[in-house]
Amino acid sequence: MTHDDTLLRRLAADFAASRLALAGLALLAAIAAAAILAPWLAPQNPYDLAELDLAASRLPPGARSADGTTFWLGTDGQGRDMLSAILYGLRISIGVGVAATLLALAIGAAVGLVAAWAGGRTESVVMRVVDLQLSFPAILIALVLLAVLGPGVGKIVFALVAAQWAYYARTVRGAALAERRKEYVDAAVVLALPRARILFGHLLPNVLPPLVVVATVQVANAIALEATLSFLGLGLPVTEPSLGLLIANGYAYLLSGKYWISFFPGVALATTIVAVNLVGDRLRDALNPRLAQ
Amino acid sequence: MTVATLRVENLRTHFFTRHGVVKAVDGVSFEVRAGRILGLVGESGSGKSVTGFSILGLVDPPGRIVDGRILLEGRDLRALDAEGLRALRGDRVAMVFQDPMMTLNPVLTIGTQLAETVRAHRRVSRAAARDEARAALARVGIASPDARLAAYPHQFSGGMRQRVAIAIALINRPALVIADEPTTALDVTIQGQILAEMQSLVRASGAALVWITHDLAVVAGLADEVAVMYAGRIVERGPVDAVLDRPLHPYTRGLVDSVPSRRARGEPLRQIPGMAPSPAALPAGCAFRSRCDRASAACLAEPGATLTRDGREVRCFHPLEAP
Amino acid sequence: MILYAFRRLLESVVVLFAMSLVVFLSVYAIGNPVDILVSPQADAQEIERAIRGLGLDRPLWEQYAVFLRQAAAGDLGHSFAFNVPAIGLILERMPATLELAGAAMLVAVGLGIPLGLWAGLRPESASAKAIMAGSILGFSLPTFWVGLVLVMVFSVWLGWLPASGRGPTTDLLGVPVSFLSREGLRHLLLPAATLALFKLSLLARLTRAGTREALAQDYVKFARAKGLATRRVVGVHVLKNILVPIVTVIGLELGSVIAFAIVTETIFAWPGMGKLLIDAIGVLDRPVIVAYLLVTVTLFVLINLVVDLAYSALDPRVRLAEARA
Repeated sequence: MTHDDTLLRRLAADFAASRLALAGLALLAAIAAAAILAPWLAPQNPYDLAELDLAASRLPPGARSADGTTFWLGTDGQGRDMLSAILYGLRISIGVGVAATLLALAIGAAVGLVAAWAGGRTESVVMRVVDLQLSFPAILIALVLLAVLGPGVGKIVFALVAAQWAYYARTVRGAALAERRKEYVDAAVVLALPRARILFGHLLPNVLPPLVVVATVQVANAIALEATLSFLGLGLPVTEPSLGLLIANGYAYLLSGKYWISFFPGVALATTIVAVNLVGDRLRDALNPRLAQ
Repeated sequence: MTVATLRVENLRTHFFTRHGVVKAVDGVSFEVRAGRILGLVGESGSGKSVTGFSILGLVDPPGRIVDGRILLEGRDLRALDAEGLRALRGDRVAMVFQDPMMTLNPVLTIGTQLAETVRAHRRVSRAAARDEARAALARVGIASPDARLAAYPHQFSGGMRQRVAIAIALINRPALVIADEPTTALDVTIQGQILAEMQSLVRASGAALVWITHDLAVVAGLADEVAVMYAGRIVERGPVDAVLDRPLHPYTRGLVDSVPSRRARGEPLRQIPGMAPSPAALPAGCAFRSRCDRASAACLAEPGATLTRDGREVRCFHPLEAP
Repeated sequence: MILYAFRRLLESVVVLFAMSLVVFLSVYAIGNPVDILVSPQADAQEIERAIRGLGLDRPLWEQYAVFLRQAAAGDLGHSFAFNVPAIGLILERMPATLELAGAAMLVAVGLGIPLGLWAGLRPESASAKAIMAGSILGFSLPTFWVGLVLVMVFSVWLGWLPASGRGPTTDLLGVPVSFLSREGLRHLLLPAATLALFKLSLLARLTRAGTREALAQDYVKFARAKGLATRRVVGVHVLKNILVPIVTVIGLELGSVIAFAIVTETIFAWPGMGKLLIDAIGVLDRPVIVAYLLVTVTLFVLINLVVDLAYSALDPRVRLAEARA
């Protein structure tokens, strides 16, 4: 375990060498905290219709309501406080993105591992399917699935998983192939350990680093994809307004100069994605043995 | 007396890294005349390759030539601007690199890589450049050069690629060729062929040749003169037979002794104790003193160059023979 | 080379068949087309007739065969919403999408490669660092939001450029295009920039990484030692080596540009096939959805084929490996 320990420490040191990445990590932590604590942080519950005041709709940022609360980021068409809506939207966006990523990772990793382990026909058939799927843009696959399935949280998670599992399968299979040639796997085979134990107990931990990098980037992609699909009206139902849906709702007002209804949710979305990508970018460099000194 | 083809005076090339200044080349002087071959010998890290790149003006940042003069046919290369240097490179001074698998561009044909060298220096038609390319390939012993012009590097073996690289280096008939261990990466039999050909090509064209190597055996068979580098300095210089038969510097002695030879079969090889010091943290005085059994308090100072009666030069307070 | 091209072509046909099956199953087997095709007031007899008329009483494989035969003949059914052949609708909208995608790719390649080259040649300069920081933003910002912000700034606040539509078109060899008139160009600019930003960032990063790697190679130093001018070293020796991965990525991204055009077209009300798809999904116009999918799949397969062939033309090593295979 000391080996892992030093490896982790080296990774942490490598990661910390970039101030930009540290800033990204701090930003990400702040965003995640804001999303988790939304019910306690938000000035109002944007879905409690009793709290909304139609008279206070479409107020610009900084305006005050009749009862004296300040809408720092303005209000939308229903008089909803944008700051509160964004905090709740972040919750949904990040939740969907993370859930889809974890599921896709589990499925893709399992498929990739099995393919690498089975070899032969199984492997070539599975990888053909993976390659074929990867030659089509993820957005198209998710879009078609949602067109067939209709909107819903479960459905969009399913669509995101279907659109993204292949990336993990390819990554894991590539890394597992390289690992399989190493001696410790031979040793495990000679010891006649159960196949599942070799696969998940021995191979998986060693293919984790590239998997973590891909997963980080894919969380950002999943969040962006969900937002895009929701913006197109294909993702989440109106009762679960993610950031994408908030942006879509504000689009109509944008053309009449009421930018804040669309703009601020977009800033929140963009900041989240940039933060994730900054972290992912640095992780990739830190884990890349060719660049690491 | 005619002017030497290459004369290097007190060359200093330093690398300004984050961890301090690395004095890769620190006060190197030597000269080579037309038609002569100088073997520049040293371990890896001794600064011999950096010396070669300095002469071509190809030292990349953070490295920089900080002092000295490099006179090619009497002209000071350090006084030239970038364009002036470029015009000389590949024309009056050429270089052959160590690894032939890496020196040729994988996506350009051999013909293109030869012809562009001609057209970079002379205004000739494409057809004329191609004719020269064909002739250059033939000169280095490549069969059916016409067909080979259209081939890509990966279609050649390592030895063939090195011949192509040599053909490129010699195509404009340079006055000086710098060869940076061009046979190290090759099979022994190919090595011998390339050595012999290089020698005869240079003799035929009257070019001066600086052969950079760590292999004393190669130098013994090829060079007229030898300069031994250690930690950025030339510690001993002179005619090849004299230096190898009767070394003056303890380091040269150590190098000669560590070559396995037929005469010494059965005896354990002698090695130089210790390791070469890091060029980033050279000790003051003689850099070899920590590995030298003759070292004394005097060696804490920097030894100057001593000229011997037979025209050799050594930097040592305690040479193996009285100079 | 010809053998290879032929084999790749064969593969592409197989992929097309596979995809037609997937599309057929997903759109025709999931859900009942009769619900949409026949009005809700129809009686049992009418429904029966419709089912027989559509061949829905036959086994699935037979339906697929009919679907294939009609598809091969260019018949992908009639649009419910417009009551015209779906394939005609798609093809009519295709030039607009291709023009948008082409313009975006042109911008991405025309700016991305030079910027990446510059950043790779001068990695320590402030401009290179700015390019890299910008590229992180460029591929992080969701396309649709970039479009929104551009509309906000250039249409709403500054009023310089139109926010929607394609503007007047000019006929070029019988195909209507925007880029030949000033007004058309003004309409094209924002959507193309929106669509280009992500690819531009991607290409800049890729080019920079490739340049840095190529510059460290011996062959570049050897090229300099030959006395070649910097222009030739960078323009031929470096560029030709990094072009192989770049062309591959450009080709593969062409497909994704067409897919992402769906988003851009929706924002800018650009009358392309992506906008048509979103509208069709909104009214459940299945023949149009199927037609769109089959057309884009064909397009992607074609693009992949061309990329593979271009790849082997660019890299002599690949060419040789294939000749041996």
